[in-house]
Amino acid sequence: MLLIRNGRVIDPATQTDALRDVRLDGDKIVEVAAPGQIQLDAHNGEIFDATGFIVAPGFIDLHAHLREPGQESSETIETGTKSAARGGFTAVCCMPNTKPVNDNASVTRFILDRAKASASVRVWPIGAASVGSKGEAIAEIAAMRDAGIVAVSDDGKPIATAKLTRQVMDYCLSLDLPVIEHSEDVSLAAGAVMREGVTSTRLGLPGMPAAAESVCVARDVQLAELTGARLHVAHLSAKASLEQVRSAKSRGLRVTCEVTPHHFTLIDEDVQYDSRYKMNPPLAARDDRKALIEGLADGTVDAIATDHAPHEPALKDVEFDRAPFGVLGFETALALALEQLVHAGRISLMRLVELFTTGPAKVLGMERKIWPGQPGDLTIFSFEQPWTYDVKQSPSKSRNSPFDGRQFKGGPVAAIVAGRMIHKK
Amino acid sequence: MTYRFRDLLALEPLNADELTFLLDQSKPFQEIQRHPLKKLATLRGKTIALAFFENSTRTRISFGTAASRLGADTMNLQAESSSLKKGESLLDTVHTLNAMKPDCLVMRHASSGAADFVARHLDIPVINAGDGTHEHPSQGLLDALTIRDRKGSLENLHITILGDISHSRVARSNIHLLAKFGCRFTLCGPAMWVPRELESIGPPGASIRRVFRIEEALEDADVILLLRVQTERLHEPALSAGDYILLYQLNAERLRLAKADAIVLHPGPMNRGIEITPEVADGAQSCVLEQVTNGIAVRMALLFLLTSGAVEEGNVAVAENQPKESTHASH
Repeated sequence: MLLIRNGRVIDPATQTDALRDVRLDGDKIVEVAAPGQIQLDAHNGEIFDATGFIVAPGFIDLHAHLREPGQESSETIETGTKSAARGGFTAVCCMPNTKPVNDNASVTRFILDRAKASASVRVWPIGAASVGSKGEAIAEIAAMRDAGIVAVSDDGKPIATAKLTRQVMDYCLSLDLPVIEHSEDVSLAAGAVMREGVTSTRLGLPGMPAAAESVCVARDVQLAELTGARLHVAHLSAKASLEQVRSAKSRGLRVTCEVTPHHFTLIDEDVQYDSRYKMNPPLAARDDRKALIEGLADGTVDAIATDHAPHEPALKDVEFDRAPFGVLGFETALALALEQLVHAGRISLMRLVELFTTGPAKVLGMERKIWPGQPGDLTIFSFEQPWTYDVKQSPSKSRNSPFDGRQFKGGPVAAIVAGRMIHKK
Repeated sequence: MTYRFRDLLALEPLNADELTFLLDQSKPFQEIQRHPLKKLATLRGKTIALAFFENSTRTRISFGTAASRLGADTMNLQAESSSLKKGESLLDTVHTLNAMKPDCLVMRHASSGAADFVARHLDIPVINAGDGTHEHPSQGLLDALTIRDRKGSLENLHITILGDISHSRVARSNIHLLAKFGCRFTLCGPAMWVPRELESIGPPGASIRRVFRIEEALEDADVILLLRVQTERLHEPALSAGDYILLYQLNAERLRLAKADAIVLHPGPMNRGIEITPEVADGAQSCVLEQVTNGIAVRMALLFLLTSGAVEEGNVAVAENQPKESTHASH
């Protein structure tokens, strides 16, 4: 039993923005009422005073790398989900590029067993679209679906060919699963370590043009139109890609997309041979960032996703061009969204909550709502409380964040999963 | 005037006064190259680590000679014998070198930014002897010294750079240096070797334009900087040598399109018959051998400035001992 008292409940599903008490029992929400209305003598469990805080449905991260199985020196399901909980996430979708690749039901079951034993938050695996994510044959998607995957993706790279993408889309249409695409023309991106532009030219680092992404988004959107499948564009970074998603939506296609906090915060000009700024897709141009923020504001973007990609220091602390792609994301996502989007006056708090909750839930065909009978997943955060991100304090096994030392206004305060307080600041 | 950085990682962060200072400091060392006895005792007892993670002959010999003419000892690490081949990380390798207590690290590496990365982790001065396709600051300085000697001044010259500028650290260092003196640049080569972003890499207000016809590029040029067509390195896409010669080879006839007193620079090693004809390479307008000699003078000045610290041993040049910041802190 858990009673969250006097918080400002912001719930996009019911369009609620009001002070409420929320009572949880077992793994469910059982009562939502005006402050003081819930009889305290009937409640003999924990009470959390949320005065001054925002109470939102549990945050969902559509895109993360938990590195287990296979790369446990960089992260495990245990350490990754602890970090996710600190970031206010209550559910995390983990990408299949583990070792071995999550391309069959036994790997899916292994991940879910490890999650059951060690995870702080819900772990929703994403299965590989093709065997070994090699782009040759379709993976055993139906068996993985029955084992518990929520989507398919060959993330880390695109589904290799247009033909296979079409087949995967057709198959996933019949299985009612979304296809999450890491849209990238690998020939245009070959050898590149950052976005092509004046900065890459100045630094002498090989760059990939924006078209490396948007050419593939064009392919994928047209195939979604051809098949009628649900296409979700992962970590969208280029203005030209966003325009294609916007146009697809206006034509009524089932196309969605996510944007990462680092792409709406940083740009290619921030790259200074510091591998903490190296990820794929790379930090984009100033104009792209501006377009992404517009897309976040106008509804074109469906979700904020972290692309949490831990790499242990020994891998990351090398020459820029030899470092692996990826940055940590869980613990700074909400604070960056507050800073860049809400405090900057670009979106409302309601819209912010939507981007972390109902938005990603819809991509997965789920619901997220603060209502009796719903799963007891809540995220509590502050709007203005100052704090400083210290990556050394992170439960993650890795330290590759460009935001270490950044001062924030507002951020995660508590995460509740299935009626249990799993993180409290 | 003094040099305010601990390292020399790039010319981009230096202003015109600082660059002039470095060039002026090289003057007395140019003089020494003409002496029958060239060895000084200025850096006696100092050790210079030369770490060439990428193959190099002339730059390595030039730095080694500069160190030896200053009386310093050197320790050498070369790509072929490098422990990197045995899987050691760059950081471990340079920490090992550093534990042998050199006074300065001169390094070349195939990765852009490698010197910057190493300098962040070491507490001794680092001189970038070429990092990937980023910068080659000592080459930029020796080119500028050569140009200043021939032209009397660096102000407002028209510099034409020919070839694969996209992959050239020499071109970048030259642009960053000469742009500070109001030089304007014409970059010429096939479009994939001269991306339009190059027009924007200079300081604010710099005049950099790209053209695709060599005849147009040479018109009114004061200085022609040739770059080696790197036949051993695979380009994306590879351009046939025959096409390159047809379109961009500097021959005597084309050279006449430039100003009558135009000079020709080449960082070497030259591919005679590809980017340059023998008669241009050996002609009166060519500065290639002066560049080599000036290279030692410039590198002596750099080693002296960065390692001597105190003035008392210095009998040729003066540097003040004061806290130094690192170049990467300022850009």
